[in-house]
Amino acid sequence: MSVLSEELRERIRQEFPKYPNKRAVTLPALHIVHDARRAVSTEAIVGIAELLELHPAEVHDTMSFYNFFKDEKHALGNHRIWVCRSISCMLRGGEEVLEKVCDKFHVHPGQTSADGKVTLEFAECLGACEGAPCILVDDECHMDMNAELVSALIEKL
Amino acid sequence: MAKFEPVLFARINKPDSTSLATYKADGGYARIKEFLSMAPGDVTNVVKDAGLRGRGGAGFPCGLKWTFLPKDHPGPIYLCINADESEPGTFNNRILMEKDPHQLIEGILIACHAIRSSNAYLYLRYEYGRSYRVLDAAIRECYAAGLLGKNILGTGFNLDIVLHRGAGAYICGEETGLIESLEGKRAWPRIKPPFPAIEGLFRKPTIVNNVETLCCVTQILYRGGAWFKSIGVPPDPNNPRDPGSYGPKLYCVSGHVNKPCCVELPLGVTARELIEEHAGGVWKGRKAKAVVPGGISMGFLSDKELDTKLDFAGPGKVGCLGLGTAAVVVIDDQTSMVDVLFNCCRFMSHESCGQCTPCREGTAWMTKILTRIRIGQGRLEDLDLLMEVAGSMGIIPGTTICGLSDGAAWPVKNAISKFRGDFEEYINSKRATETSAQKLMEVH
Repeated sequence: MSVLSEELRERIRQEFPKYPNKRAVTLPALHIVHDARRAVSTEAIVGIAELLELHPAEVHDTMSFYNFFKDEKHALGNHRIWVCRSISCMLRGGEEVLEKVCDKFHVHPGQTSADGKVTLEFAECLGACEGAPCILVDDECHMDMNAELVSALIEKL
Repeated sequence: MAKFEPVLFARINKPDSTSLATYKADGGYARIKEFLSMAPGDVTNVVKDAGLRGRGGAGFPCGLKWTFLPKDHPGPIYLCINADESEPGTFNNRILMEKDPHQLIEGILIACHAIRSSNAYLYLRYEYGRSYRVLDAAIRECYAAGLLGKNILGTGFNLDIVLHRGAGAYICGEETGLIESLEGKRAWPRIKPPFPAIEGLFRKPTIVNNVETLCCVTQILYRGGAWFKSIGVPPDPNNPRDPGSYGPKLYCVSGHVNKPCCVELPLGVTARELIEEHAGGVWKGRKAKAVVPGGISMGFLSDKELDTKLDFAGPGKVGCLGLGTAAVVVIDDQTSMVDVLFNCCRFMSHESCGQCTPCREGTAWMTKILTRIRIGQGRLEDLDLLMEVAGSMGIIPGTTICGLSDGAAWPVKNAISKFRGDFEEYINSKRATETSAQKLMEVH
């Protein structure tokens, strides 16, 4: 009995026809599970591997390469906030924005607030440099941030 | 010079610019049936003769790349669209995808016909959520309108486009890293040869093209190669290896300017023109100290080099690595190059895939040395050490598989050779300027 629900398994199977082999579905499958569970547990890796006819170590190898995916010990909070720290944002106050978010939730980058509401991470260039400094909240980008604007944005979460 | 009328960006400010109806009303897809009925080789020749060079960073001639595919291959042949735009300072692909997805899809149709491919994978970086939603809707619209799928517009041509989301890794922008990632593996670039045109995705012949390149393909087919060649900079007669820099280019300008922007101009504008005429000048009435010509991998222009033409050959003439993505980042005269270089090195160290030792260790050590300088414990010898490390990593010295490492070394080489005074002054002052935010990031 797989740890993955039939619904998740079916969504992963629907990716199969898009690719000539099942291994190529590794990233889509990891995204599907990660979106639903806010983490990919060891059991989920085994579940994905069964579906893709791979060894669990192969799925884990790929997953661990991308910092994006979290294991069960580092499950994401309800919202994921990414603060860009690359050059264009750094030049226009990105680090102050990061400090503000850290203060607000009493977390360091990479950690989740105690109430489980928010996971804070720094990001490398988010590709919104015309609106630097920028942050990504879940997958919506917010541009021209400053300490006040980011506080207001956080209040609404 | 007369004001340049944008072509790639002609529709981005129109209401409902992402819809099929808006694109069609502007003449989009009007001649796609004609293009799909041309002989594939003829399409390739149009693109080749236009002199289109890849917009993703390396500037390789696009039509020529297509001719490297084996002739009479039984297939499948794949097209990968590189939409993993991650070079710091670059955001032109994002605007193209968010605002005018059909221009890109039409380019994909044309390119796939030219290379005899009926499977295209669009590798989109995860961070571009809005691009994903816009493209997903646009692709659905195309299937519903018979512009994708089987027997497109009765021409007998089939094409499926699969949107594939990445997971936040800069190295996936390297074409073989992208291919490995698509195959479900860690994105470790492959040793070349074989080049992807011979053995690429799923070990089949594959072409990897950038989003902006494919949008140029659409415009070249509609307006003709002669139009494309009338824009930009012809080859340098003294350099037989220069194929010229033709066509419009999307320049991104960010950093210390009044109006950061992405602007479409003929290839070959100068950094000064971009800053003064298009980005509202350097902010706070200051002067530029340094300018990144095309993403941080390309190095820096000094304030004396602002009249450098930003075409494919220009930045190389003043010691930069190349034009890269034409992402111009302006650094004002109140900023220390020590801080800027630290930011570049930390990025590269974080994004090095770890496959080649000189890159994995080199980027990490350069970051450590710069950290030491920034906490006031630097030594003047550190500058020579940084140059030595930078000089020993990359494809150019022949020690790594891919070019990320050259891109990590170049800002170091340029910063220390062009701004050595900044570094010496910083080290001699023994000052420490770490902010608490930077301390927080030391966690990683």
